[in-house]
Amino acid sequence: MKHPNDLKYTESHEWIRIEPDGTITVGITDHAQDALGDLVFIELPELGRKLAGAEACAVVESVKAASDVYAPVAGEVVAVNDAAVEAPGDLNKDPYATWLFRIKPAAGFDAGKLLDAAAYEKSVT
Amino acid sequence: MHQTPLHPAHREAGARLVDFAGWQMPLHYGSQLEEHHAVRRDAGMFDTSHMLPIDVEGAGAREFLRGALANDVARLKTPGKALYSCLLREDGGVLDDLIVTFLREDLFRVIVNAGTALKDLGWLEGLRAKRAPALKLRPRRDLAMIAVQGPNAREKTWQALPELRAASEPLGAFFGAQAGESFIARTGYTGEDGFELLVPVETAVESWKRLAAAGVKPCGLGARDTLRLEAGMNLYGQDMDETVTPLESGLAWTVVLGDARDFVGKAGLVARKCERELTGLVLLGRGGVLRAHQKVHAAAGEGEITSGGFSPTLEQSIALARLPAGTAPGSRVRVEVRAKRLEALVVKPPFVRHGKSLIAKPRSGAPS
Repeated sequence: MKHPNDLKYTESHEWIRIEPDGTITVGITDHAQDALGDLVFIELPELGRKLAGAEACAVVESVKAASDVYAPVAGEVVAVNDAAVEAPGDLNKDPYATWLFRIKPAAGFDAGKLLDAAAYEKSVT
Repeated sequence: MHQTPLHPAHREAGARLVDFAGWQMPLHYGSQLEEHHAVRRDAGMFDTSHMLPIDVEGAGAREFLRGALANDVARLKTPGKALYSCLLREDGGVLDDLIVTFLREDLFRVIVNAGTALKDLGWLEGLRAKRAPALKLRPRRDLAMIAVQGPNAREKTWQALPELRAASEPLGAFFGAQAGESFIARTGYTGEDGFELLVPVETAVESWKRLAAAGVKPCGLGARDTLRLEAGMNLYGQDMDETVTPLESGLAWTVVLGDARDFVGKAGLVARKCERELTGLVLLGRGGVLRAHQKVHAAAGEGEITSGGFSPTLEQSIALARLPAGTAPGSRVRVEVRAKRLEALVVKPPFVRHGKSLIAKPRSGAPS
């Protein structure tokens, strides 16, 4: 399974990309999509929603089970990927291209608290 | 954890294995959706060797089973014919569902679920000792089971295992025949045509590999579950158990009540009020996925989903639900899905047969 080095991760299986403009893009990891199986339903947070850190804010459902997706950091939702909602199976094919939502982090965001690829892989093995 | 004789083939194929009723079984071999579609459009196969065939041997086998099963084996008039039935407790609760096949007047075979096999065997053994001590019950763990299902299942089975062709080509639905050391029946649990094979444990892997080489796609329990749900077939332990009767489980057609025959559970069934029934639901709109144990609000009261999921054929979420009796097909209900109440249409299962939807594509928001 692939967990690219240029991304950050959480123990709840989100991946995080820190964008040049300071927003962060969130998806679920290759490990998570593999464990869930074929995805058939995705629900994303509303634009503008203010999220607390670790708040459940999206749902991914596979043929097998439903799973919450958590906000990796506190902040405001500034974009959602409607294409993922339209074609949930894309997330199985490429979990890193198929992002879910983008957050503008609240003040005090510390990327150092997120896992790097090596630490995430250690947490799932 | 038990393993079936086909376990080495599953490992070799890279199956994702899960614990099912104490057996290590394939969940899928990569994509559950692709496996589902293979069965609807072409041919797929399932290892069902965790299920248990039990031979009922001896003079009086038919009479014994007429008293033990809710369906009437008197309906089995031609050797090779099979029948679906429930096995009931005295109070009418469902101990298990099974297929019984008439082989000879002194030999019937019942095939029961994996999770209930020991319970069933103990129950039948108790009945046998009381009612027909001369009969023998023989569990057949020397046989492996492969279900080959789909519109091309029969042709591909004959390509892979030509020695089975002569015996199986004339078979109508719900008939089986012996073919050498194997038994082949035109039955299944998917709503598609196909065969269920009983083969000696020693040759099981060889048969599986020949079927795979002929283009029959190995399929796991995940696809088996979505296929049987689309076909409107109950899963024991989920859609029914010892606390409900067949009449509350959409299985009135399998219970012969209106004649003089007595069977275990008959008095219980007659005495019990049937206030709930099992029916189908189709989710309207795209608000989520129906799942087992979600609460359902109907006009006549509350009910519960017993099996739910995403139907790959309908590309919509469907479910079986136990609702207050009289909740008619065509009416609408609300299902609690996480924090929301989503609208669903009540339908009469099955949802899909022979690759085709039997449900008119419902439109969300249309007047009811």
